[in-house]
Amino acid sequence: MTAPQTPDSNPRRAFIAAAGAGVAGLGFTVIAPGLHLMAVGEANAAEARKAGTAASPAVRWGLLIDANKCAPGCTKCIDACHTENGVSEKLPDPRQNSQWIRKIELVDKRNGRVTQLPMMCQHCAEPPCVDVCPTGASMKRADGIVLVDRHTCIGCRYCMMACPYKARSFVHAPLTQQNPEVPRGQGCVESCTLCVHRVDKGQQPACVESCPEGAMVFGDLNDPASDIAKRIASVPTTQVRADLRLNQGVRYQGL
Amino acid sequence: MFTPHPRHEEALFYLLAAIGGVVSAIGLAAALYMEHSGHVVTGMNNQIVWGLPHVFAIFLIIAASGVLNVASMGSVFGRVLYKSRAPLSGLLGIAMLSGGLAIIMLDLGRADRLMVAATHFNPTSVFGWNVILYPVFYGLVGVYLWTMMERRMNPYAKAAGLATFVWRVVLTSGTGSIFAFLVARQAYGTALLAPMFIIMSFAWGLAVFIIVQATMYAWNGMTLPPLILQRLKNLLATFVAATLYCTAILHLVNAYFAKNIAFETFILFNSEFTGAFWIGQVLIGSLLPLALLFHPATRARATWVNVAALLVIVGAYFQLHVFIIGGQAFPLDIFPGYDVKSSFMDGAVDHYTASLPEILLAVGGLGIAFTMTIIGVRVLHFLPQDDLAEIEAAGSITD
Repeated sequence: MTAPQTPDSNPRRAFIAAAGAGVAGLGFTVIAPGLHLMAVGEANAAEARKAGTAASPAVRWGLLIDANKCAPGCTKCIDACHTENGVSEKLPDPRQNSQWIRKIELVDKRNGRVTQLPMMCQHCAEPPCVDVCPTGASMKRADGIVLVDRHTCIGCRYCMMACPYKARSFVHAPLTQQNPEVPRGQGCVESCTLCVHRVDKGQQPACVESCPEGAMVFGDLNDPASDIAKRIASVPTTQVRADLRLNQGVRYQGL
Repeated sequence: MFTPHPRHEEALFYLLAAIGGVVSAIGLAAALYMEHSGHVVTGMNNQIVWGLPHVFAIFLIIAASGVLNVASMGSVFGRVLYKSRAPLSGLLGIAMLSGGLAIIMLDLGRADRLMVAATHFNPTSVFGWNVILYPVFYGLVGVYLWTMMERRMNPYAKAAGLATFVWRVVLTSGTGSIFAFLVARQAYGTALLAPMFIIMSFAWGLAVFIIVQATMYAWNGMTLPPLILQRLKNLLATFVAATLYCTAILHLVNAYFAKNIAFETFILFNSEFTGAFWIGQVLIGSLLPLALLFHPATRARATWVNVAALLVIVGAYFQLHVFIIGGQAFPLDIFPGYDVKSSFMDGAVDHYTASLPEILLAVGGLGIAFTMTIIGVRVLHFLPQDDLAEIEAAGSITD
């Protein structure tokens, strides 16, 4: 059994962080913000999880989304997510289609300010969907990723009732053209997996990689040296419905 | 009421049992169709995830618990009048729970994974608790019926009745808690729902009992003694009034919170559910039955008491429709203070229309409960037999 790795005990991450800091120190911070963000994002890319080892509780994967950068009309993150995860069905009633990620347009009732942002499973530390699931199919991995076990989901949809973010979809029809790495199932509930199959290979979620504005940062919230942790420490960020005290892994900037 | 001629009585029984069986079979076929095609053939979607089948199922499950109140009045609280009615109440409890559970289970996205539900238990899930609550309910009611029907076991009837009483209070608290435990929905998420569901179960279960009892008496050419009718109608009126009171408090408290005013305005004044609430739930399901049960011209007549009980059942449908469908149709307030829109119905009111397979599945559940009841009362001879002298001597008939 492998002992959980703390951020400090992870030599590769420490090396990458040091390299990132060195690159920044060499003056790359003057490059355009988008390029800078991508470069640091790469430097904080997840380490591949070795086959047969459990997810580490020392890690808390999260996303920081800068709503100020989210461009109106842009759906690249949605397209990338649905392509990556094989979410392609187009049912006659669009309300029955799965949407793992969606764009929401917000208009502030007080001043009319318009904000765009992508919304998906918020990967709560205290997920109501996990609490209510009768079979335990809704589960939270040790590294904070909230998932549905396709083999034990009975399709009762109680988790959909419980989710405060409307982040879950029910598969209403038979599926074709599935991605073998992302098993889905008719009659089961599903939601954003934070591209767990990519994260376990040391890659970033598809939505993060596809965003042309660099509005999304993925990383380890527990690692003070990670870009996401530094950003959250330095700029005001918001958890949606923070009043519910669910401690989401997805944070927003510019809300 | 209609009393069949003795020569035709048996044929009529088989006809009714066959109709019940066919309705149940059609419901099963509809479920298989939904299982094969997916829920795309239903009116349910990713916003309104629970629909008509859940309205019917929850009615049956709530009423199944409540109908046992009749038995509890006899065994637990020692009321002689209700003792002779306890076996029928136990049978109805089992029949209605079976119908309700059949609907819930057949509506699952993966109904074939029943064994998964039985073998994977999440202790924090109210649904998970049901895996324990329902089978034990069956077991307790079965034992309770046994103690009543087997003379040697009679001394244990009170203990079995008490256990059943406690268990069904827990069970219906669990049903209410399914909604009470939802943290972010404006319509739910209040502790009031657990006791309110218990009160609702008393009203709806007794209404069903009165209708079934009236039918059985008519079938056998008997008349319910006026004293017993009076007692039952007073009890029904009390429960209906208590349910109406809980409804008023639920909406009043919700409307008091600024964050929920939009939802309450939606349900009470400005939506497709407004009519169902005021006319269906309040007028038909509560005020009219209360008027019939208390008005001097109707309160002593069995026909009108039966009509009142029927209206309570119709009102229960409207109440659950408003509560379950209406509660989901209103959008989640994910971003308080913002107007929101998206491709996923954020910020938008949804509309739900049940499809034919859903309707057939829901009615199929009623068919299962009906068939089990009609066969049960035929085989087990559960017609309540009253010894009025004993009742009057026990003093339990007096108001």
